[in-house]
Amino acid sequence: MGIIKAINLAFEYIRRDEEGNVEGILRAVDGVNLDIEQGDFIAILGHNGSGKSTLAKHFNALLHPTEGSVWVEGKDTADAASVWDIRQTAGMVFQNPDNQIIGQVVEEDVGFGPENLSVPTEQIWERVEESLKAVGMYKFRKHSPNKLSGGQKQRVSIAGVIAMHPRCIILDEPTAMLDPNGRKEVIRAVRALNQAEGITVILITHYMEEVVYADKVYVMDDGKVVMQGEPRTIFSQVEELRRLRLDVPQVTELAYELKKSGLPLPDGILTIDELVEELKKLKCSGTGVDYVIDS
Amino acid sequence: MSLILDHVNYIYGEDTSMAVAALRDVNLVMGDGEFIGLIGHTGSGKSTLVQQLNGLLAPTSGSVYFNGNDIGDKDYNRKELRSKVGLVFQYPEHQLFEVTVFEDVCFGPKNLGLSPKEVELRAYEALKQVGISDEQFYQSPFELSGGQKRRVAIAGVLAMKPDILILDEPTAGLDPKGRDEILGQIRKLKEETGMTIILVSHSMEDVAEYVDRIIVMNQGSVIFDGLPREVFRHYDELEKIGLAAPQMTYVMNRLQQEGFSVNADAITIEEAKQEILKSLKRG
Amino acid sequence: MLRDITLGQYYQTESVIHRLDPRVKLVATICYILSLFLVDSVWGYLAAGLFLAVMIRLSHVPFKFMVKGMKAIILLLALTVAFNLFLTPGEPLVSVWKLTITKEGVRVAVMMAVRLTFLIIGSSVMTLTTTPNNLTDGMEKLMKPLRKIRVPVHEIAMMMSIALRFIPILLEETDKIMKAQIARGADFESGSILKKARALVPLLVPLFISAFRRANDLAMAMEARCYRGGDNRTKMKPLIYQRRDRLAYIVLALYLVGCFVIG
Repeated sequence: MGIIKAINLAFEYIRRDEEGNVEGILRAVDGVNLDIEQGDFIAILGHNGSGKSTLAKHFNALLHPTEGSVWVEGKDTADAASVWDIRQTAGMVFQNPDNQIIGQVVEEDVGFGPENLSVPTEQIWERVEESLKAVGMYKFRKHSPNKLSGGQKQRVSIAGVIAMHPRCIILDEPTAMLDPNGRKEVIRAVRALNQAEGITVILITHYMEEVVYADKVYVMDDGKVVMQGEPRTIFSQVEELRRLRLDVPQVTELAYELKKSGLPLPDGILTIDELVEELKKLKCSGTGVDYVIDS
Repeated sequence: MSLILDHVNYIYGEDTSMAVAALRDVNLVMGDGEFIGLIGHTGSGKSTLVQQLNGLLAPTSGSVYFNGNDIGDKDYNRKELRSKVGLVFQYPEHQLFEVTVFEDVCFGPKNLGLSPKEVELRAYEALKQVGISDEQFYQSPFELSGGQKRRVAIAGVLAMKPDILILDEPTAGLDPKGRDEILGQIRKLKEETGMTIILVSHSMEDVAEYVDRIIVMNQGSVIFDGLPREVFRHYDELEKIGLAAPQMTYVMNRLQQEGFSVNADAITIEEAKQEILKSLKRG
Repeated sequence: MLRDITLGQYYQTESVIHRLDPRVKLVATICYILSLFLVDSVWGYLAAGLFLAVMIRLSHVPFKFMVKGMKAIILLLALTVAFNLFLTPGEPLVSVWKLTITKEGVRVAVMMAVRLTFLIIGSSVMTLTTTPNNLTDGMEKLMKPLRKIRVPVHEIAMMMSIALRFIPILLEETDKIMKAQIARGADFESGSILKKARALVPLLVPLFISAFRRANDLAMAMEARCYRGGDNRTKMKPLIYQRRDRLAYIVLALYLVGCFVIG
């Protein structure tokens, strides 16, 4: 069994009117089955309102299933006794960088988690140092978080989670409020953690270029997992992704359009390098020329 | 209808030790139904710049002219200016406050002292322009989806009937479909009304296919100003200041370097496709 | 730019006073204020003034920052002086119209002025040399015994530090919403008080909504990081008395004894 497993997970939000009568039920997550392996980089894609954030909050026991169950390292999230173990195993980073930093000084914020876990003082300092170094924010340790850029704040938040020594880190749209620079910074830090420390990463996003390097991608719509597989497999289904209100990277779309016009290109081209290589092959062999002349 | 910035400088916290120059000698002429993309990353001065345009901030030195009048003049009617130069802030849905969508949109025109009938007419028109349906008029704005809330907020500014509409990061936080929808709506608005629109963004890719002029800001200065394809030719310099040109620019330049006879100015996927097919045909 | 406002008025520099445990500074400040009301002689005030002067010197904070705090209470000071000057009964000194200045009046007025000045500058020494964070920590630890009578000491301290972190953010947000509404023709400046109050609605509603959203997010983020109240928490920066702190307590005790003897 993997580090995180969801079995037939469903979650319903119940809306009530002023008197407390049930006005409507929204099934935000509907029959999701997942099995995530330790050390993997997982991406969960979906448009706003597809249920991806609600799903993520289950991995950290912030929400509990209406139906089905979620297991983190073999522990049931519905079991009140293991909630704190689960939250330590699976740390969580949220969307708004301002609303998750508690400390008034960077290093104090990173120390907040370990303090809650009753880690002895000396070890807190060690953990704070290593975590800030892991995300490249060590030189800002004495700064006020208010004076950092969005990308820097998110890296502090990530350090705050790593300091709890989790085996898995869940990032709920960590880049949605950042500019392109900030987005790159954060994704770079996350990939480094996954590769160097072997921490399992679950990245929730709607930016396609961020999931290119994932081991596995899940696509959600209307509370259900509607596609899953390697990025290449997912991105080869351009029409389907569009129907799900998602983008594909522009190169992938260009390759897809070229293929539709008859060029014999492979499915799911993800980078500019790949496309250029393939086009060069075509040019040398003259295959493309045949087609274009034929048509 | 034009806005002219003449040697505009702006310094934050001028009298303090922490003075920061947010704008450095900015000279621009904008207006006449242009569709402009104002691009720069966070802290480049683009948000400061747009606040100069409707008099929310006054230049430390230099002047801003609207239709030939200096808006910094003592007796200049800045309240009227703000109705002519409409500014939609980032995350504008966070400023909604009324009980219903319709009343919220009425806020702007009401402040202009118009007759109740005119106010309602304008609110109705503005909500239609952004594609809000009649059933939603009397809902609470807080019950709408993120994208809809944002349209309502935009309608709130449109209802003042501005000649120039400035939108600061109108797509921030929206998903790809929501982003395309709102930009499509803005394009439609542009086509229908012919008003001047300035889109402020940190993403070239988002605005590239919509606008017909791009102004790039860095560290408080305008560093490029021109047609999108002209600006994108400087993709190396753009990269250096942390702004990327659209992915197509990179693809086409790479292909050109590899000996393909393509025009590297292609911006949209369609243009790129045609160029590649053409070049393969020529062999 | 509102984010640059530092709350309280902490003055960043290196000094022995800065390094002192915040509990020492809190206790010392309270004792010092008490001593001001205890002494009743010129010698007593001289001692208090001397003590204060030494502290200011040790704190390495420029004197003008100390005096800054005085500006806020200058009116209060003037009123106190005036009241005591004119309304204290006793041997008349000068008489202008219906107002009489008595010898006792002068004495009391001068005494009050000195007391107030020392009091304000004395507390400034504390706030200028202690970060708000540190101060909250100190208060939490000092008030710990109150937990026995069910005062939620940890929660109060946590609330204070969260408030300190969010005030600059909310100030900036207020500025943003205000500008957005001005761009929609709102007017926050002119008009009667009633009109001004009504103009605040478009400002306060979005501000409250935002504050609640932030509170909700923060609560979730704290929970996700295993926060469950003050029990069993360790401290990254625990307050532990050092030699200098014990020394400071001795100095303080000596000062208090001195005041008793002289005053």
